[in-house]
Amino acid sequence: MTTRDIVFVVVGAITALSALLSVTTRHVVHAALWLLVSLGSLAGCYLVLGQELVALVQLLVYVGAIVVLVLFALMLTRAPIGPNPDISTPPWQRVVAVVLGGATTALLAATLLPVLSGVTVDLDRPRSGTLQIAQAVFGTWVWPFELLSVLLLVALIGAFAVSRLVIRQGVDAP
Amino acid sequence: MHLQYPLALAALLAGIGVFGVLARRNAVLVLIGVELILNAANLILVTVGSQPDAPFAAGPVLTLFVITIAAAEVCVALAVILAMFRGLGHIDLTADPELTDNPADDPAADPADDPDYATTGDRDSPRNEVAS
Repeated sequence: MTTRDIVFVVVGAITALSALLSVTTRHVVHAALWLLVSLGSLAGCYLVLGQELVALVQLLVYVGAIVVLVLFALMLTRAPIGPNPDISTPPWQRVVAVVLGGATTALLAATLLPVLSGVTVDLDRPRSGTLQIAQAVFGTWVWPFELLSVLLLVALIGAFAVSRLVIRQGVDAP
Repeated sequence: MHLQYPLALAALLAGIGVFGVLARRNAVLVLIGVELILNAANLILVTVGSQPDAPFAAGPVLTLFVITIAAAEVCVALAVILAMFRGLGHIDLTADPELTDNPADDPAADPADDPDYATTGDRDSPRNEVAS
């Protein structure tokens, strides 16, 4: 095991533990805060893997924007402060969720791990840095990149339109 | 560095995300599970893209695209959740729909009780016609 392996195992353990806490905690606001820890340490994982740009974008967009949006949504929907057992499904449904989540993990691990078994990369002398990513984005991937800006605009207008929508029980929304 | 540790972490994150989607009733917390699944996919992309012979820098570029799409998705999903909260008064995804004949009898949907009603001032909404 090299130093990068050890650092990755430590940071990855923090990521997995905080992700587990964010889906099992009984405090609604704590779930969003554990998600923040998990996404932030995942940015650390990207750093260990040698992708500085992806780590920075992860910090800016996920930790800076998405978690703040989730916290705002929790505030606007009057999330209760303190432990609240009503935010989780009944126990039999949670048992099914554990079985399905474990099955997903087992399936993905059984599929992915043999593909890259024994593959090692020398990340101290990286071949793909920020320069290569920039050349690829504005070269090969330029049309999907431009399409993404249109997608963001459509999502913005769509969110505005949906937030003006009024859902009523028994009556068709306009 | 061995590339098996990131893949194991991605499998773990995807399983935790599936558990989070299935075991939560609050709509915002279901969204947190979806975010974890998306991050598992991102980690797989970054891991595979860190191999030296990856063409077009596809791993990191596609990760940036997925992060952008996730931002758009969260934006729309939270708008839907807020519309649900304003209309129904809760964001419990497992709640039984109240099957009343006359929706004006439902106290949860009464516009006078709606705290957001005064701030939005939505004159086009059909809720005002019910109130007047």
